[in-house]
Amino acid sequence: MRAARGITSRAHPLWLAYILHRVSGLALAVFLPLHFWVLAMAMTDPARLDGFLHLTEAGLVKLAEFGLVFLLAVHMFGGVRLMALEWLPWSASQKTLAAGATAASFLIAALFFLKAI
Amino acid sequence: MLNMRLYMLQRITALLMAPLVLGHLATMIYAIQGGLSAAEILGRTQGSILWFLFYGTFVVAVAIHGAIGVRTVASEWGGLRGAALDGVMWITGLGLFMLGARAVWAVTFA
Repeated sequence: MRAARGITSRAHPLWLAYILHRVSGLALAVFLPLHFWVLAMAMTDPARLDGFLHLTEAGLVKLAEFGLVFLLAVHMFGGVRLMALEWLPWSASQKTLAAGATAASFLIAALFFLKAI
Repeated sequence: MLNMRLYMLQRITALLMAPLVLGHLATMIYAIQGGLSAAEILGRTQGSILWFLFYGTFVVAVAIHGAIGVRTVASEWGGLRGAALDGVMWITGLGLFMLGARAVWAVTFA
């Protein structure tokens, strides 16, 4: 009972893993229609697509891209972690896995950021 | 609030997308070097059956995965039930699929 109460606590690292996974998933679901719409301009209006792509050179947009890459990576590693917990007979290493997932996501996002600037 | 079929579909599409996401991240890190342009993107993807299959699979999987995920959030945080909940799921899934399929077609065979 005490353990269950601990897991529902917002101070618990696993609550952070849960909320990060949920918020990153929602943000990606909101971003995707925009992403698809801009890419379809390759067919409907290539000049406008180039206009959008030039925007990616602005500092603020780069920061937003870094955020999106981080969200994608964190959602993927968070999901792999979730499936490992559900399907593999692991449990004691939950915190380590969650931390590893965040670290790997951050690494990929940081690599992208360094290449972009 | 997920039945077994939706639960399994959510996991199967997730497993399918894990390597696709890594491929997408690697492509982005590679492609961003030297700046992005329509010509650069199309030069890589146009007429390519492999990129069509890669992104086509990605779009189908993300439409299913995103729709089920949004359904869960609409249920847990939005309190939606029944037909409204299923409606949100179908609109999200079909919307993502149609927009995504259009984008994949635009950069490969249009």
